[in-house]
Amino acid sequence: MGTKELMKPKNGNNFTKLFRNQIFIPLAALLLLALFNLIADPSFFKITLGYNNMGNPVLSGFLVTILDSGSEVAILAIGMTLVTAATGGQDISVGAAVAIAGSVLLRVLCGHDTRPETLQVPIIVGFLVCCVVAMLFGVFNGVLVAYFKIQPMVATLILYTAGRSIAAWINNNELPIVNEPSFGYFGGFIPGIPIPTPFFIAIICMIVIGLVLKFTNLRLYTQAVGINENSSRLNGLNPQIIKVLSFVILGLCVAVVGLIKTSRVSSINYSVIAKDIEMDAILAVALGGNALGGGKFNMTASIIGAYVIQFLTQTLFKFNVKSTALPAYKAVVVIVLVVISAPVVREWFSATMKKLKTKEAA
Amino acid sequence: MKKKLVSMVLGLAMVATVVTGCGNDGGSAPASTDTTTTDAAADTTTDAAADTTTDAAADTTTDAAEDTTADETAEASGELITVGIINNDPNESGYRTANDKDLKATFTEENGYDASFAYSNENDEQIAAAQKFIQDGVDYLLLSAAGTAGWDSTLQDAQDAGVRVILFDRVIDADESLYEGSIVSDMDAEGQKAVEWLKSQSLSEYNIIHLQGVMGSAAQVGRSGALTDTAAAEGWNIVTQQTADWNAETAQQIVQSVIDSGTSFNVIYAENDDMARGAVAALDSANISHGVDGDVIIMGFDCNKWALQELLDGNWNYDGQCNPFQSSYISDIIKTLESGGTLSEKTIIMDEKGFDATTITAEDVENYGI
Repeated sequence: MGTKELMKPKNGNNFTKLFRNQIFIPLAALLLLALFNLIADPSFFKITLGYNNMGNPVLSGFLVTILDSGSEVAILAIGMTLVTAATGGQDISVGAAVAIAGSVLLRVLCGHDTRPETLQVPIIVGFLVCCVVAMLFGVFNGVLVAYFKIQPMVATLILYTAGRSIAAWINNNELPIVNEPSFGYFGGFIPGIPIPTPFFIAIICMIVIGLVLKFTNLRLYTQAVGINENSSRLNGLNPQIIKVLSFVILGLCVAVVGLIKTSRVSSINYSVIAKDIEMDAILAVALGGNALGGGKFNMTASIIGAYVIQFLTQTLFKFNVKSTALPAYKAVVVIVLVVISAPVVREWFSATMKKLKTKEAA
Repeated sequence: MKKKLVSMVLGLAMVATVVTGCGNDGGSAPASTDTTTTDAAADTTTDAAADTTTDAAADTTTDAAEDTTADETAEASGELITVGIINNDPNESGYRTANDKDLKATFTEENGYDASFAYSNENDEQIAAAQKFIQDGVDYLLLSAAGTAGWDSTLQDAQDAGVRVILFDRVIDADESLYEGSIVSDMDAEGQKAVEWLKSQSLSEYNIIHLQGVMGSAAQVGRSGALTDTAAAEGWNIVTQQTADWNAETAQQIVQSVIDSGTSFNVIYAENDDMARGAVAALDSANISHGVDGDVIIMGFDCNKWALQELLDGNWNYDGQCNPFQSSYISDIIKTLESGGTLSEKTIIMDEKGFDATTITAEDVENYGI
């Protein structure tokens, strides 16, 4: 890849350059979906300012909903990208881990009473405990993968299977409900701010990971471990630590999503909360054109990929696709997107482009 | 050029989505076919019921003869009745938790039972547990099967060993002679009851958002069927019919998307309480009033305690019960069999209530909430 890039003529047109960029595919998919909606029904883009039942201003419209609901997957995609890059595998226990994180959060907030009038501890304390627990489960997954050399998908299968039972046990099989209105801010709106809070939370997560990647060696180390574990070890890195670290960061993302999810309905149903969200997160990574076998990654592309998925879901909802057929349509579009964004296909396209260019020149 | 190709492929995929997507709207048209099917179904049910009663009568007579002998020995030694209970994982749902709690409260030593429990959501594990119970020589095997198929040989073993089987909550594909009785929820009736209630509200128009459970599950099929049929017959408008997989957040997204599209609606028919809760969250953020005296009627199912509380507070309008309390029915059957009596019907459908926000009381919340 590197040599090819060097060979590329300096005056090569911008399109080829753009197409080579990993971010091109998710962006193009996003634009296509937007274009499709624009032609089919421009009201898709209508955003209205209204008031919610507490009298606070809120923006509503499909785009706002996409930013709102897509943020959860976007946050998870951050962690999933790192895990994918470092271990060359995926964590499929994310949904179950969200159930655990959410249960811990509500357990700490509610104490023994399932419907307390007031919170037992401030929300921030509950959230910190939930972060610690989620990170510990991340360590558990990470240790299995890094030290016991278990395939990530198999290692995380353990938590995938047991997670929801653990979540149920944390709350004694009961479904706690939080009555405190301020708890609803995280998944809804902060009074006076008409943009949904999950989007702000996602932005904060993006900024944090952006800064971390810029000012630390995390990107370099993760990619090095993902590309060749042995050579990275010979170069003085500790691949095990890097791998565990990627799972811990994913754990942190899980805790944040747990907060948003439980806040949305001020309650939790451990058996269905965040069901299959791991698949969306993995899909976001794939849509971002990242190699699922590990190595190089592009965080921005993954995050855009997450919003593309939500855009697609929302489009299907908008056009009222029959519920039995919904997964099939989603699958068709997803297959097309993933195939196009696969590194192999992209290189093939570039090569063909080049051939055409030389033909035209001749 | 290649970009064009790519966009064409994508475009085609999307167009395909829309074409078939729009086909959905015509779904309410064939009303006549629907009704005929129901009629036919009703006929077969009555037939089956008639068959059942004769079968049951025949079976129970022979059983009764056996019973008396078994009974005498049991009475003579003054032993507890041993029951092996195979259930699904109580962590599965609030319904299952309540179900398990209810069974544990009924089958106690004070009530004359020696009960052992086995839990699994896997059919093969349940079968293994059943075989163990049969070897242990329990008097009764109570079974809520995870899967409908594959029970014949196990139940045959039970019959040969003189273990009597009672099914609860779930039905199985096995010959009726292999079990004493089954206690089930009639999901169709639950849906029917809810839809009847909705009809009785005599709204000037019905624009319904229909939130479905996991497609193909017994609860979804029963609860959806009633609404789809009645909507077609009454000319109700189903604004959206979408599965939210029992999930509150998905339900919230679906309702949000209807609000975003500016379509008006006045009923939300959610097939469980969680989805109704998600729907209400979407309404709240759009400042649409709901519940008693509200603009939108909220309907849920399962009667979770918190859901009934919402009814009591007037935030929702209706909640349909899916009765998890089968243990009293089971213990009635056992008592009847032990005393040499016969069961009039093999399949016992539990009485299930539907609660209206205007008539629900605090006691109802306490008694029927799970």
